[in-house]
Order: sequence, then structure tokens, then C-alpha cells
Amino acid sequence: MSTTKKIAVTAVAAAIGATALAGCGSSDDASSGSSGTKGTGSKTVTLVSHDSFNASKGVLKEFTRETGYTVKVLKSGDAGAALNQEILTKGSPRGDVFFGVDNTLLSRALDNGLFTPYAAKGLGQVASDVQLDAEKHRVTPVDTGDICVNYDKKYFADKKLAPPKTFDDLAKPAYRNLLVTENAATSSPGLGFLLGSIATYGEDGYQDYWKKLKSNGVKVVDGWEQAYNEEFSGSAGGKKAKADRPLVVSYASSPPVEVLYADPQPKTAPTGVATGTCFRQIEFAGLLDGAKNEAGGKALLDFMIGKKFQEDMPLNMFVSPVTKGAKVPELFTKFGATSDKPATVAPDAIAKNREQWVQSWSSLVVK
Amino acid sequence: MAVPVAFFAVFFAYPVAAIVGRGLKADGVWQFGRFAEVLSRPDIREVLWFTLWQALASTALTLLIALPGAYVFARFDFPGKQLLRAAVTVPFVLPTVVVGTAFLALLGRGGLLDDLWGVRLDTTVWAILLAHVFFNYAVVVRTVGGLWSQLDPRQEEAARVLGAGRFAAWRRVTLPALAPAVAAAALMVFLFTFTSFGVVQILGGPGFSTLEVEIYRQTAQLLALPTAAVLTLVQFAAVGAILAVHAWTVRRRETALKLVDPAQTARRPRGAGQWTLLGGVLLTVLVLILLPLAILVERSLDLPGGHGFGYYRALASADANSGTFLVAPLEAIGNSLRYALVATAIALVVGGLAAAALTRRAGRLVRGFDALLMLPLGVSAVTVGFGFLITLDKPPLDLRTSWILVPLAQALVGVPFVVRTMLPVLRAVDGRLREAAAVLGASPLRAWREVDLPLVRRALLVAAGFAFAVSLGEFGATVFIARPDNPTLPVAVARLLGRSGDLNYGQAMALSTILMLVCAVSLLLLERIRTDRSGEF
Repeated sequence: MSTTKKIAVTAVAAAIGATALAGCGSSDDASSGSSGTKGTGSKTVTLVSHDSFNASKGVLKEFTRETGYTVKVLKSGDAGAALNQEILTKGSPRGDVFFGVDNTLLSRALDNGLFTPYAAKGLGQVASDVQLDAEKHRVTPVDTGDICVNYDKKYFADKKLAPPKTFDDLAKPAYRNLLVTENAATSSPGLGFLLGSIATYGEDGYQDYWKKLKSNGVKVVDGWEQAYNEEFSGSAGGKKAKADRPLVVSYASSPPVEVLYADPQPKTAPTGVATGTCFRQIEFAGLLDGAKNEAGGKALLDFMIGKKFQEDMPLNMFVSPVTKGAKVPELFTKFGATSDKPATVAPDAIAKNREQWVQSWSSLVVK
Repeated sequence: MAVPVAFFAVFFAYPVAAIVGRGLKADGVWQFGRFAEVLSRPDIREVLWFTLWQALASTALTLLIALPGAYVFARFDFPGKQLLRAAVTVPFVLPTVVVGTAFLALLGRGGLLDDLWGVRLDTTVWAILLAHVFFNYAVVVRTVGGLWSQLDPRQEEAARVLGAGRFAAWRRVTLPALAPAVAAAALMVFLFTFTSFGVVQILGGPGFSTLEVEIYRQTAQLLALPTAAVLTLVQFAAVGAILAVHAWTVRRRETALKLVDPAQTARRPRGAGQWTLLGGVLLTVLVLILLPLAILVERSLDLPGGHGFGYYRALASADANSGTFLVAPLEAIGNSLRYALVATAIALVVGGLAAAALTRRAGRLVRGFDALLMLPLGVSAVTVGFGFLITLDKPPLDLRTSWILVPLAQALVGVPFVVRTMLPVLRAVDGRLREAAAVLGASPLRAWREVDLPLVRRALLVAAGFAFAVSLGEFGATVFIARPDNPTLPVAVARLLGRSGDLNYGQAMALSTILMLVCAVSLLLLERIRTDRSGEF
């Protein structure tokens, strides 16, 4: 009995202590965090982004060394959710810079007036075809990534079947019941793949294409994690789950990731990319309207299109640099694939039609 | 009472009201026409209909499978009973991201059913229903079984001596005593399945959507706040109704039942029939609950070159993940424990004070407050999370980037468990004891320390344990606010699963296994602490 009493007393004491601690902690945090509520002298610059944001410690330290600012990162959900949270907190943002709005959602951000225009230093070195807001500079392009169909090399070798290359191929009887894709309404690779088909077949033809894909046995799951880890036979997770779909909508950078995170690293990637099925995503960053540390935010934007950050990105976020002369690691060039002519759709057209496209896609394929 | 009311006003009611208001107001004018507009959409009606029938079906199936389990756990003694009772509760406090993956391994391709009979249930409604049984089995076993073990079996025996048949005796004596507990358990399961999010998203595929999933899609993906607001209010009304009925059944249950010590009612099974029943229940538990959990463990050990602890070792290094984490994934365990501890403290203070206030006073208003404390269980995390964003944005309450938000959100979910555990025990404390102490000259504090505390400390520990386990597994709200430099376990698992590559997948499984073990250990400790089973969980 006496031990239980001790436990109870300790628990209550711990509870009270922890609450007190919580009290201190929060007030502590309020004064040191949120990028200096005390005006412009703050040495912290806050970057708000989605869950996929990554940068190596070294490169963030380098930024501090060059500019004197420390970066604090806030990640908030997937790309769509992160952007929507920014729109909700417009005018009273949680940070100074937002990174992670892509060309499929760009208009939503711009129409809501999220960003303060700023022409980052070094824009001249950035490829001009990704500068989608070149006149106003509300956003700065940071990286590109291609959404493409990946294939399980072993499956196609075993079956002595050539892997598909193009959108057309995917609808052929040889590839019946092999493809898994994501819900275009809830997943950004899913939406990218749908947009790729629209870019290829036009607004009049994409529905016919999806009818063909459906009768050819395409499977739709909700998110990338399920599609890639549970359904796709070429991924590490899929192998364990005895997945049976050798084709999946993923990224052109997925094969190098399979190599990097394998132990021991294989000589060739277990998966390949159907280069004729790619849709190009461009990701942007921008200075948030109402940012408390504008100067720091501007410095961060300059830094993000600088070589050091650009060369750090590929192995952290598995995207390609946009700055000319930024070196891409060998792992990327050796195991990844690049598409010569990735499909794109203009942001304005996407903004105008996205909902209607997704809705007719849903009623055609999901229901 | 002031503390819990203030807590709920600031961290629940105000944020939720603000985000709903944002959706329903245009230029300062309420747009109630949006109700008709949204509710007449065929896709929304489909969601409502699916939400309702899958919850009904899930509840029925859970009762069907778990009631024999409740009986076995209440009436039979068998080796490993405590361990097993803790094990069946693990799913209830695990995040769905983790369990969805494990469950797919049972029902999906290459799963056990597929191997044995070629049956695959992934992306069918059966997967959803069975997963709901998996998650809610413990609710029935704990709520119904807890009471069942305290019913005096001699009452039923007396009825049989007086000439009633076995079934008639059960129907006339045990069933009426048990009915309110069964109703309460059924309503809790209905509440949890009605607001199901992770299970439906992971196992159901894009063809199925519950209200909760739809609110998430409309808010986080489409930013269609008006639609989300209407759906939130519809869910609110439904959850309010469920809770009102629940509160009513709970009150009925509290009416005079002659309860006995559970230790006296359980005995070793006798006869073929009872052994078969025990075997059947154990088999069900094995296949439906232990197997998915075991698959998780198996995958965490399944290295490319055979089985081993390689993924666990990799968790300790930040380098292996380059930038996925700024710290080693192993540190997520420390973060989770710290957050959960603070959340538990908050939940204990708020829930304990609320329970105390509810015991001292009676009346309609207080009863309403009782139900109000349960509401966070039925309101979507995304609504609360987005509400935090637009309300807690001004000093002194600009907490949007503060770490305290995580334990605050977790405490919201923990408080109902504290209240439900503490309330019956507190109500059982005889007020005259306290008065006697006062008469003898004890100060109120002393009276509380000498009279109340010894009587409730076990309940307090059980409540703390539950709040702790629930906080550990909380994912929905945490994912919105967890900071990258200190992710919690479930958030770390989700991040690892969000990347391709063998090492990431393996580490996700290893972390899930650790989370599962931490939950199981804290629940097992609870089993040892608690002796009375009058609480509801």
C-alpha cells in the first residue's frame, strides 16, 4: 500500500511540476520564437513549409554564417494543407517565407495575395521557363520535380515484356491490371498524373483516355504512401507487402531514393521511369505578406536559389535544382531519369478548371 | 469548475466556433442557406448515408464479436489474462497510420486470408468494418466486462434455484443489469466509428468517405470552408445526440446495482462448453488483434539479408536519414514521452477539476457540461487545428508556433478519459466522511488529502495512464502542429512512410513497434494498479 501511495504522490507532484514547466515553456517560447515580435532586429527567420521540406544541417548553418540569421522551420501537413493554412492566416502569418507552393496551386496563392513581391538576387541564373511570375516576382522558383509512372524492373524482365514508355502505352492490353495511381482529388502526384493526361490529350480527349485506362484495370488509391508502399511491387515496402502492381504513379526521383536507402546499395536501381508519362511540378517560395522579419526573409530567398542550397536539395528533397550551374549528385544522374518533354499546363488554366477536371475525373474513375 | 470551463472555452469552443463562423459568414452576415445547398448535393448525401450505415454495421459487428470476449474476461480466470487485456487495448490507443499498415498485411494481398483462402478485403467495406472491430474491441471488453465482473453471480443462481431455466435466468437477471453498460459501449463504438478518419482513409480507398474524411478534404485540400462548416455542424449535432443518449444510459447504470469484488466472480472455466467459448474468444483475439500487431513486429525485423535489429540501430543515427529529421528518429521517443507527460498533466488537472465539480453539483446545466467535455472526441482534428490557427494568433495567446500546442491538443482528447474514469469513483465517495473530518477540525485541504485522495488515487493513476497512452498515439491534431525539430513518434512514422526506400520503410515499422510496446507497457502497468473496475474504460 505504501508504494502505491508513493507512486500517487509522485504522480501528482510530477503533474503539477510538468504543468508549471508547461507554463514557463510557453511564455519562454513566445518571447524567443515567432521571429521576433519586437521589430526588425530579430536574428531568426521563420520558414513555413510542407512535410517534405528538408535541408541538411550544414547548409542551414552556412546560411547563418553568411547572413547572421538563424532559420526556424515550421512544417504543416502536405503541400495543399500547408498552403491552405497560410491562406487562413493571411496578414498574420506564422513565419516570414513560405516554401512549397507548386504550379498546380500557384494561382490559389497569388489570387489570395499571400506574398510581397521581391526579386531575389541571382534570379538571372534561374532557368527562364520555370519563372512563372516573372513580371511581378511574387514567387521565386526553387526546384522542379517530375511526376512519372515508375516500373518494377524485375517484373518486366521476368515476363520478358517491355516496360511502357508513354501515356498511350498504359492503355494497351499488354499492361492490363498493372497500374496503380493516386486519387487526383486528394494527392498531388495523382493530380499531376491527371494534368499530364490533360496536357497530352487535351480537354476533349482526356476523358476518353481515362475510360480506356479504367477498362484496362487501373487501380486508384487515396495517397502516395499506399500506392507506393502497399501496391507497387518494385518498392521496398511493396516487396514486403507482396504487392502485385508493377506500375505506379510516383516521381522521376524515386529510383535513386530506392538506391540511397538500401543497405547494401545495389548497383542498379530496382525501378525505372516511363519517361513519356511525366508531368513537371515547379515549386516556389515567397515572402509572406505581413512577415515580421522581411530582411531576413529576403536573405533566405536569395539563399534558396544560391548554389549551396540548390546543390543540397536533390538528396534531401529529391527534386532538381533550377539554378544554372548547380551540380546534381551522381546518384541522381546515374539512377534517375530525366524526361525531355515533360507535360505542363499553365497555372491559370489549372486554376480555372482544376475543380471541374477533378470532379469529372472522380465520377468517371472513382465512382 | 472555472478552470475546465476556461480551458474548453479557449482551446476548444472558441477555435471551433471561429473556423465554422469563417465558413458560414459572408460580409458579416450568416449564410444559413448554405445548409440546404450543401446537404442537397448528391455526393454529400452519399457521404452522410455511408457514414451512418457503416457506423451502424461496425457497431453491430463489434458487439457481436466482443461481447463473448467481455464475458470471458469478466467471468473466467486463465493464465495471461492481464497481459491479454492490456494487449487488446493497444489498438485503441495506437495511431491509425501505424495500424492501417499492419491491418492491410492481414486483409490485403499476400495477407493471411489471401494465403489461406485467396480472400482479399482491402478497399472493400469489409476491411473498414473489421478494422473498426479491431480498434474498438477493448471499448466493449472494458465497459461491459468491467461491470459484468462485478455483478454477483449468485443472483442468477438464485433465479435458477427458484426454477428459471438457464437462459431465462440470464435474460431476467443479468441482461437488465448489463443492458445500460452494453448500450453505453455500443454508443461509444458508434461515436468512434461514426467519426472514423484514418481507417476509412487507409483501408477504404477513394471510393469511401465518412463525414470526418469529407471535412478533412473540404478543409485541408480544397479550402471549401462553407461546405466544411456545414458538415462540421451536422457532425456536431449527431455527436451531441449520441452523447446525450450516452449520458442518459450512464446515469441509468449508476442506479443501485449490488456490486461485488471482481476477484470473487471469476473462476476457471468448467465443462466443454466454457472451454470452447474461451478457446473461441482467444482465437478471435489472436487472429483479429494480435496477428496484425505481430506482422508489424515481423516487418520491423525483416532485413534484406535475413532477420535482425538493423532498422532499430538505424533509428539512432540522424545521418542515415540525411534531412528527413533534424534529429535521430530515436529522439522522437523522448519527444513523445515529454509531450505526453505534459498533456497528461493538463488533462489530469482539467479533467480532475471537472469531475470534482460534476460530483459536487447536480442539475441540468452540469449534466450538459459533462457531455460537453466529451465533444472533442467527436470533432475532427482538422477543424480544431485550423481553428487554432485563426484564433490563437495574437499575443498573449500567439501559440501557433509554440510547442505547448501539441500537449494542449492532446489533452483535449485525454480529458474525456480522465473525466469518465474519475467521475464514478468520485461519486462513490461518501460526503459524510468529509463532513466528519471537517467537524473533527480538519481544514478543507486536509480533509481532501485524508479522505478523498486515498479513495481516488488509484482512479487518478488509471486516468493518468489512459490520458498518457491516448496522448502518445494522438496523430490527427499533432501532425498539424508538431515542429520539425521535435516530431512525435506517430509523426515520425508518418514521415518515414512518406518516403520510398527500404531503410525508411523498415525504420517506420521499427518505430511503430516501439510505439506499440510503450503503449502496451503503460496499459499493463494500469492493469496492475487498478483493482476496482467501476470506471468506464
